[in-house]
Amino acid sequence: MKIKFHYIIILAAMLAGSSCSKLDNVKPPSTTLKGQLMYKGTPIGVEYNQVPFRLYQTGYGGNSPITGTFDQDGNYSVLTFNGNYKFTIPGGQGPFQWKELPSGGRDTVAIALNGNQTVNIEVTPYYMIANSAITASGNNIAATFGIQKIITDATAKNIQTVSLFVNKTQFVSPADHAAEVDLDGSAITDMSNISLSVAKPTFPITQNYVYARVGIRISGVEDMIFSPLVKVSY
Amino acid sequence: MKKILGIMGFAVLLSTGSCKKDSDFLNVPPKSVITTQTAFSDPALVLSVIGDLYNRQKDFSSLDDGWTTFADFAESFPSDNGSYYFVQNRNWDYGTWGIWDYGYIRDLNLFIDNLNASTQLLAADKSRFLAEGRFLRANYYFEMVKRMGGVPLITKTLTYDNSGNVVGLQIPRAKESDIYDFVISEAEAIKGSLPSDPSEKSRATQAAALAMEARAALYAGSIAKYGATTPQVSLTGGEVGIPASMATGYYTKALTAAQAIINGSAGAYKLYKVLPDLSDNFAAIFLDKSSVNQESIWVEDFKALAGKTHGFTTSDQPYSVSDEASDAGRLDPSLNLVESFEKLDNTFAPIPTKDGSGNPIYYADQQDPFAGRDARLAGTVMLPHSFFKTAFIDIWGGYLLADGSILSSDDATHLAALPGTTTLVQVVGKDGPTPTGEPLRTQSGFYIRKYIDPTTGSGRRGRGSDVNFIRYRYAEVLLNAAEASAELGDYATATTYINQVRSRAGLTTAIVLTGANYFDRIVHERRAELSFEGHTLFDMKRWRIATKVWDGNTQSLADLTSNLGSATKRNTQPWGLYPYKYYNPGNANNGKWVFKEVLPTNVTGVLTFRLGNYYSQINDGIITANPKIVRQPNQ
Repeated sequence: MKIKFHYIIILAAMLAGSSCSKLDNVKPPSTTLKGQLMYKGTPIGVEYNQVPFRLYQTGYGGNSPITGTFDQDGNYSVLTFNGNYKFTIPGGQGPFQWKELPSGGRDTVAIALNGNQTVNIEVTPYYMIANSAITASGNNIAATFGIQKIITDATAKNIQTVSLFVNKTQFVSPADHAAEVDLDGSAITDMSNISLSVAKPTFPITQNYVYARVGIRISGVEDMIFSPLVKVSY
Repeated sequence: MKKILGIMGFAVLLSTGSCKKDSDFLNVPPKSVITTQTAFSDPALVLSVIGDLYNRQKDFSSLDDGWTTFADFAESFPSDNGSYYFVQNRNWDYGTWGIWDYGYIRDLNLFIDNLNASTQLLAADKSRFLAEGRFLRANYYFEMVKRMGGVPLITKTLTYDNSGNVVGLQIPRAKESDIYDFVISEAEAIKGSLPSDPSEKSRATQAAALAMEARAALYAGSIAKYGATTPQVSLTGGEVGIPASMATGYYTKALTAAQAIINGSAGAYKLYKVLPDLSDNFAAIFLDKSSVNQESIWVEDFKALAGKTHGFTTSDQPYSVSDEASDAGRLDPSLNLVESFEKLDNTFAPIPTKDGSGNPIYYADQQDPFAGRDARLAGTVMLPHSFFKTAFIDIWGGYLLADGSILSSDDATHLAALPGTTTLVQVVGKDGPTPTGEPLRTQSGFYIRKYIDPTTGSGRRGRGSDVNFIRYRYAEVLLNAAEASAELGDYATATTYINQVRSRAGLTTAIVLTGANYFDRIVHERRAELSFEGHTLFDMKRWRIATKVWDGNTQSLADLTSNLGSATKRNTQPWGLYPYKYYNPGNANNGKWVFKEVLPTNVTGVLTFRLGNYYSQINDGIITANPKIVRQPNQ
């Protein structure tokens, strides 16, 4: 059989032509919604990947939310489409109180998304860490800080422990740390002046800095609240 | 003329043939499908229908669902390259352990409907099959409520009417207590229609129904009582959580049902006491399928060379006596579990590795450190130098030299020379543990013994093992009765029940349960007796101590060896115990054994049980399809 080159050329042209067409007729999400957990303008630190949020799009079929978790400095970020959304945090999550509706459900924050937007999430934490200072002193990492009790009504909760966590990377949490020191909540005498100190951890590859932050574990609450992360060089 | 006759004859034939109605002609009964009516007319056919339904029951740990269903919770170390996630993950997904098989519930409801509609079965057959169908349905609801809390309780087949409106099919979650009540009431209703025959193990019996009732009522009672300590884990509609006021009622029902088995009214069940060696005897409970075994009540049965086998022995047999070249040693019980077994004087103590002044203890025999303990230790776990099938298993981590360093290698066939010699010798056990953490041989210093089949060929992939999986057994019924009576304040009765189980394990000095010690004692006893039987998670959940036991903190050596008898002892990372051969020629201890506690290098995660793990997540697809379903708390 004689090979007919013009057929092959036509076929190639057709293939090339078809490959140029836009097959994907759905645009990718392009609107960024981001923000941070706040109490009166002060960011709230939490444990990485432990405090989830839900974002429901109203008027969209189905009941499934977009879910995500907060970063350890309380930031969140979602890439999605324009539309009307409702933001909420599931029950029993986070070291703070979230507004409950009289009818029993969890309140939501309505967000009309039209272009990139920053929405900070205002919550009421049980406690806040104030004036935290973490420094290297001799062979130790030392932290001084004060604790402010925010919720004082009938729903107030006690402090279980306060802890100083030290790690070689900037992920610092109960799950991921190289050194830790705890102080029992009942052993705190002066809430405005607490000191914790732990020996510098050693690493297989020596580095002259560590990351550290202090956290409060509140009795009956799963998530801890943290001070801002500090890089301690020595 | 002849021709005409022929044509006439043909025409007659055609016309007679055409007298058959079109519908008859087209309606050919299929030969490959048995109609519902036929199937439910013959007991043998009904048995094969319900055989499929039996097969679809769900167990937490299941021999044919793979060895990984036994592996979690720091009770063992998974020595398998693809399975280290068990000891490396930080926490369990909220969806873990969830089940939601309403297809199975529908098939069970259909089975019950079809049986009720059938007319050709004998009344006795019909009532037994009916009771079996209801038993399987109740047991599956029990499996669901353990994991999910209250679920939609559907006891009829639902039919869609093509109207486009599905609201009638959207059923909200029942209360958690309603599901437990359903399980209990079904067991009460059907027990009279089931045989009371201890040799019937794989089909439902009166004792199986009672055992299910006792366990379900006990679970409900403890959720009611201990749920009060975790008020966050509840929903206002009662879908999760049971009011504390209902605890006494449930405990009473649990005790009554358990006592109905214990007093023999459901058949002559008793503890298995056949072999003189108590450890062998304990292991044989799970191997002996003959009618001598009057301990097992309801089992998932298997049959070798007949198509229903499992690979548990293949996956977990000791490496050096494995029937397959690359299949062995995956499930290695942890030192955490080994240390929890009591000494024969009813006290707790870690396996001694160092004397009072911190010097290592030198043992002449590898089994010496484990001597004088609960016989269930050696019945559950293969200790170093145990005998299996044809040989003693070879577990040691290397030579401990005089200067304190360790000489070892990554495989027993990789030899090395001891200091001062030139002869190459084996420097690590054929069964591990190796310093490099080689998979498929032990990395904790132990192998599993429960369910491991000593039958020739049972470790081969092709043949498989047919050891059965015991779902309900008499020892658990006794422990359920002990727990229920103790919770009701009757410590004397509880003491007699718990001591029956203990004396079978060689703990012949009776313990006395009191209000102060009963909880720790019962938690411990269930761990010693029922480990690797799929109870750990549900026990920790119903007592609401899972968040304390798996609290997300690393487990130090001090944590490991302290508080051994405490119910809330931390258990977040599986430790190992490695034997080393002491090499120091001329020293009195040369050739003796030294033991060291080791956290296997692959253990990098810490078990963290979050409040949202108490009830598994119901996924968004289900909630979208049925908006009446409320979400679980704390997720």
